[in-house]
Amino acid sequence: MATAQVAKQTQSTMVQALQSALVEEMDRDKDVVILGEDIGVRGGVFLITEGLVDKFGTDRVIDTPLAEAGIIGAAVGMALYGLRPVAEIQFIDFIFPGFDLLVTEAAKIRYRSAGQFGVPMVIRSPYGGGVRGGSYHSQSPEAYFVATPGLKVVVPSNPYDAKGLLIASIRDPDPVVFMEPKKIYRSVKSDVPAGTYEVPLGKAAVVREGKHASLITFGAMVPVALEAADIMNKDGVEVEVVDLRTLQPYDTEAILQTVGKTGHVVLLQEAPQIGGYSGEIAAFIAENAIEYLEGPIVRVGGWDTAFPYALEKAYMPNPNRVVRALKKTLNF
Amino acid sequence: MPALEEESLANASNDLSMKSEPKIRVSLPEGLSAETLREMYGRMVLTRLCDDRAFALNRQGKIPFAATCQGHEAAQVAAAYALKRGTDWVVPYYRDTALALAYGVTPREQLMCLFARKDDIFSSGRQFPNHYSVPDRKIASISSIIAAHVTHGVGMALAFAMRKEPIVTLITFGEGSTSEGEWHEAMNFAGIHQLPVVFMCENNEFAISVPQKLQMAVANVADRAAAYGFPGVICDGTDVVATYSVVREAVERARSGDGPTLVEAKVYRAMSHTSDDNQLTYRTQDEVDALKARDPIPRFEAWLKDRGLLDDATIKQMKQQAQAEVDEATDWAEAQPPPTEADLYTHVYASGPLS
Repeated sequence: MATAQVAKQTQSTMVQALQSALVEEMDRDKDVVILGEDIGVRGGVFLITEGLVDKFGTDRVIDTPLAEAGIIGAAVGMALYGLRPVAEIQFIDFIFPGFDLLVTEAAKIRYRSAGQFGVPMVIRSPYGGGVRGGSYHSQSPEAYFVATPGLKVVVPSNPYDAKGLLIASIRDPDPVVFMEPKKIYRSVKSDVPAGTYEVPLGKAAVVREGKHASLITFGAMVPVALEAADIMNKDGVEVEVVDLRTLQPYDTEAILQTVGKTGHVVLLQEAPQIGGYSGEIAAFIAENAIEYLEGPIVRVGGWDTAFPYALEKAYMPNPNRVVRALKKTLNF
Repeated sequence: MPALEEESLANASNDLSMKSEPKIRVSLPEGLSAETLREMYGRMVLTRLCDDRAFALNRQGKIPFAATCQGHEAAQVAAAYALKRGTDWVVPYYRDTALALAYGVTPREQLMCLFARKDDIFSSGRQFPNHYSVPDRKIASISSIIAAHVTHGVGMALAFAMRKEPIVTLITFGEGSTSEGEWHEAMNFAGIHQLPVVFMCENNEFAISVPQKLQMAVANVADRAAAYGFPGVICDGTDVVATYSVVREAVERARSGDGPTLVEAKVYRAMSHTSDDNQLTYRTQDEVDALKARDPIPRFEAWLKDRGLLDDATIKQMKQQAQAEVDEATDWAEAQPPPTEADLYTHVYASGPLS
């Protein structure tokens, strides 16, 4: 039924795209179950799972106690026994009570059992600022997860990718942290085909071609990057925007290709700069493509503070900051 | 309640039967035959020898690390035999050598993990000793992180319940685990969904050096079950038969859909926490010596002898046989190759290494 509803849509929000991915996967495979806080009758605080409990029942749509370690740990156990749990952590800021279960358990069980056990589970969670969420409904903690071999980290930037990446994540044999840019949940619509399709993990997308500079980013920063590219274009500077889509494992070929093409790199993320994900990409480029660089690799990110409530706008990277960074490397 | 059943000891299997024994009538615990009781005793003896060997190998500098379950053998073997082996899952912690050996792990497999050899079936030498992962014998993957596995076990039980498979999950842990938030979260979850789980606390009164009175303000871990809406039962974990009866009842409750039980088996820890610990820094030699009076192995031996189920000659023979097995396993495992550098990168992801 829900599939039929999706079929009528040509333009979907990310919320709708994510829901259609869940519905289609749950229809296809009875081992796919979802669990989390308020995901049942309430449909999740962002309504991603709205109506699913009516369709699939309380056995497969489980409203859990308010206990993130319990949620992730139970999901690990379900996955060990061959189910495909998709757990929702209401805001990724709340994931840390369950951090242990994710980074020391889910991530390591395959390795520590020499391949005898796998943990095919997805942790879905909204992340990111710009929605007046304050210190604990705004963070972008991808770096913690990326630093843990055994986890995959996926961040869609648009409805089409969100559906295809979520389907690919649910089918993946390893644990995936699926970070959903809540700022984009309802603010962008794109064509989302009815029916099943995968966007492969580990593949970046060039969302705008250009030859003068490469702007490498992901998730909610992609629209910011595109705006910055528009501004630069007024001066005739063509900026290539690369959306990484998967942060771990990341698309090394796509990075080398764009750096080889432009020779100038700006890395854009929402999280604080120090120890951030951009540092990894910068190091990768420095190690593998220094001969192509014609200017410094410049990072743009959140400030090295906690996430502020009133000063959110000052904290979040904006197109002007990105433009300044592009000019810094281009004018080197 | 023990059932009175006629047991012809002369008809017991060759391995464990005694020579020229009379036909007698004995009162056996429900569910346990004389042969099974002797087999359980044999597993306890084998465990003790494996554990002694582990510490000896460590002191010889042949293996980097050892931890034993000495003092816990009765509780663990009893729990293993109360389950339906081959069907029910165990989700153990790192002090469960006897549970593993009673649940199908062989002395060779045990010694391979002590030596951390490439063909160690649990982890290919990637984990500390006694960190089992044996899916074909329904033994879950063990973490060193205290109480993390309790949440996994509950998730597994949820999966069994969802699939309407009549599988019971036994989750074991020490009393220190019950201070962890994850323990509470798992217990709460299991209670809400009335999952087919038996939680067994092997309370040895010490979490490394911290005694129970600094771990909790209640006298019994079992008292905590009330907060989760299911029963908590205490048993003497150095008494095989008493523990067996309690766990068996809990397993039956779980299998019939009546939900979880928290069993608290009161045991003791004979050795230091691990080979890297010296318990004499926090308890006296006298205290340690006094614990020997509670050794479950002589106690079970006496129980079996009193009932005519074992005699000295059979005991001697069983011990010699177990020692020979452990010796053979030691020599064999020591001769096996360690993992090579090429083995470092496998199984990071299903698809292989990252880069």
